[in-house]
Amino acid sequence: MFPDSKIPEGPLAEKWDKHKFNVKLVNPANKRKYDVIVVGTGLAGASAAASLAELGYNVKAFTYHDSPRRAHSIAAQGGINAAKNYQNDGDSVYRLFYDTIKGGDYRAREANVYRLAQVSVNIIDQCVAQGVPFAREYGGLLANRSFGGAQVSRTFYARGQTGQQLLLGAYSALSRQVAYGKVKLYTRTEMLDVVIVDGQARGIITRNLITGEIEQHAAHAVVLATGGYGNVFYLSTNAKYSNATAAWRAHKKGAYFANPCFTQIHPTCIPVSGDYQSKLTLMSESLRNDGRVWVPASKETAERLRKGEIRVGDIREEDRDYFLERKYPAFGNLVPRDVASRNAKMMCDEGRGVGSSGLAVYLDFADAIKRNGADWVSQKYGNLFDMYAKITGENPYEQPMRIYPAVHYTMGGLWVDYNLQTTVPGLYATGECNFSDHGANRLGASALMQGLADGYFVIPYTIGDYLAQTPPKPVTTEHPAFKEAEAEVRARVQKLMSINGTRTPDDFHKALGHLMWEYCGMARTAEGLQYAKAEIQKLRREFWSDLKLVGTEAEMNQALEKAGRVADFLELGELMVDDAYHRNESCGGHFREEYQTPEGEALRDDENFTYVAAWEYTGDNRASALHKEDLRFENVKLTQRSYK
Amino acid sequence: MAGSNPNAKPMNLTLKVWRQKNRNAQGGIVDYQVKDISPDMSFLEMLDVLNEDLLRQGEEPVAFDHDCREGICGSCNLFINGRAHGPEPGTTTCQLHMRKFNDGDTITIEPWRANAFPVNKDLSVDRSAFDRIIQAGGYISVNTGGTPDANEIPIPKDIADRAFEAATCIACGACVASCKNASAMLFVSAKVSQLALLPQGHVERKSRVENMVAQMDKEGFGACTNIGSCAAECPVGISLENIAILNREFLSAKATSNNLA
Repeated sequence: MFPDSKIPEGPLAEKWDKHKFNVKLVNPANKRKYDVIVVGTGLAGASAAASLAELGYNVKAFTYHDSPRRAHSIAAQGGINAAKNYQNDGDSVYRLFYDTIKGGDYRAREANVYRLAQVSVNIIDQCVAQGVPFAREYGGLLANRSFGGAQVSRTFYARGQTGQQLLLGAYSALSRQVAYGKVKLYTRTEMLDVVIVDGQARGIITRNLITGEIEQHAAHAVVLATGGYGNVFYLSTNAKYSNATAAWRAHKKGAYFANPCFTQIHPTCIPVSGDYQSKLTLMSESLRNDGRVWVPASKETAERLRKGEIRVGDIREEDRDYFLERKYPAFGNLVPRDVASRNAKMMCDEGRGVGSSGLAVYLDFADAIKRNGADWVSQKYGNLFDMYAKITGENPYEQPMRIYPAVHYTMGGLWVDYNLQTTVPGLYATGECNFSDHGANRLGASALMQGLADGYFVIPYTIGDYLAQTPPKPVTTEHPAFKEAEAEVRARVQKLMSINGTRTPDDFHKALGHLMWEYCGMARTAEGLQYAKAEIQKLRREFWSDLKLVGTEAEMNQALEKAGRVADFLELGELMVDDAYHRNESCGGHFREEYQTPEGEALRDDENFTYVAAWEYTGDNRASALHKEDLRFENVKLTQRSYK
Repeated sequence: MAGSNPNAKPMNLTLKVWRQKNRNAQGGIVDYQVKDISPDMSFLEMLDVLNEDLLRQGEEPVAFDHDCREGICGSCNLFINGRAHGPEPGTTTCQLHMRKFNDGDTITIEPWRANAFPVNKDLSVDRSAFDRIIQAGGYISVNTGGTPDANEIPIPKDIADRAFEAATCIACGACVASCKNASAMLFVSAKVSQLALLPQGHVERKSRVENMVAQMDKEGFGACTNIGSCAAECPVGISLENIAILNREFLSAKATSNNLA
């Protein structure tokens, strides 16, 4: 039987208010008797830790970074959505809800998404009160811009650094609680396991990344705000340290993992330039407003270009294929992310890609410059052009940008109920770490909204419901479960150190990333996924018999840290492949080549797949068990998306 | 796969890298040769190549801090050929590319040097002093919930823009590393200015600057002598004007302070 998703009864618009009234409360004097562990200090973690401490709980906050402010939320560029309707352009809570459900290709829960839209307005108030310097109009009021998947302007922003400013706001709130002694902060400390006592989450096991010490921490509840798993692909727009270890350890201790194959590939990133490439950099989607996407019309021309025999300027207009404009005359270069990404890949697969690797397409501003002048382009996109020039050494005013899709975000994650509780009582997941709000595809400017909604306005209510039913007795690490979990962590670290093989953690990570990208990336087939599954299993065996590490575990050892994360990616990768294989439909970021319309568009199967796939871990090298949470749409009618 | 520019020639370089086992160990410069470095590599990717080679040979890789590799998280912090984040202005180490160097070059790589930033290992340093300065007052004391509507207090656009400029500090510590006194004034002033400019920050204006400056002194950062190398080397262009704002805030706070300590 599937665990209860705990969605409140009643009309959509009243569910959250009713639920807030129905949840049990912890009285103010008792809150100080409860300890809560929060792992991760990005938007979802810092906001949760600060808000819970403000309420009076004792919080322990953990980050593997040297400072809470380094979490990858900091790199988000575009903005944060909120249904403020400050622009008087017809926005509402319902419209934000509707756009998000539709954008997610009808694979998210109505109740969760509606709540997200409701609290979005509070987030902006909160951030402004904290001193977040959002962009403003000359009259002194807040400015908005429009973003993909919406016909209203509801995106609040701080130039191209919205994530940075929001995270620094949450970090300042967290810092204040550290100063008050309500949050104890553990930096450069990595969670390596969760401790379950009598079926409930009661603590974590950590490794101090400077000294190597393994430590036990107890609490009445544990919140995981540890981000997404995009780095399973090795190359992504995620930060280098971003990893799935905390979520995966929780999964192995009983938390279901939902929709792991729902990953978002962003179409406009700076392409890979060599084997040494360590990460990919996003170029804002806004560039497609004025840039035209093209490749050479023939394979031969593309080949000569790649060899350096001809230059891009030598290719005549009639020898260029503006493939998005050709295939999607109505939307042209502004088709949604998944469509743009998939088509760029198709061009490169046909051998018409550009750049010396052949894995890039052009994004050309020549027409915009001719039409409006270089100054106009510079005013609009100057910082992006500069960043492009810095990374590639090429001048995008003089020659077209080369772009290619890259892994950007993961919609899947730990399964949570309406309270953001996983299938393990007392274990919660917030932000990108959970699966809850974006369905099969996330809209731009919604990740920041969800992270902060979960941390500031959802978890402070819902965790109280659980704690109120937990006796306010002190928790300790005396239970044997702590010793067992610590022993397991130690054994695993020592095992990694003792393999003494020949290949580095990065070597394995790159091999895994290649498999995931080729067979579980932008386009997937049953055959390819089967192949990838076998290869991943093989790679995992090689990892555990041929890994090379040096030094010891009792000191700062970055290769060891990396190895532990790669070991978990090697398991998660297989589950992603299983999930992609079982989902015999195409929806959002999940495109199975077998399931497409005659025009090559994604073909959903609502009859058979309108559910959340939640996977249960059943043991090493054993097939995971699939549980289905049926999605019921009572307010929104399911339709097929088309962009022709 | 070759680089994006088929004509770019790979480079061979000599690296002089600071190696230090841990906080208490004696450190020293060690020479390494790296070969076939593509000009399209970032500086950190060049170090990745070195580290992969070292690991394969059974030697300990060089520890260094990094994460986003997009110039925004503030983790990377290398002192390259005597300059914080290397030779290119307005650039973090992760956004510095090898095309700024030449075949045959010798490159010296050191950690930030400051008493308040002890070395963890090799090139990684402990910058938690910055966190403690923020904890001393780098915030507006509002709890979650109960805040007024975001448009209730209009803020002139130029004020909001200036606050934003100050708020873009990434806390990498290049200002400290570039200062002959290892002063943290630019870092502290950026936060003080941001919050002093905004109406929401006015309530705690006095206590904030007093407490943050006191913590800065306690952490062992040096005094500011207005040389300006901090702002010159700042990868995100935090202006020296912020230090003037901090000084003004500090003086007016002290002149009317209730804090007699």
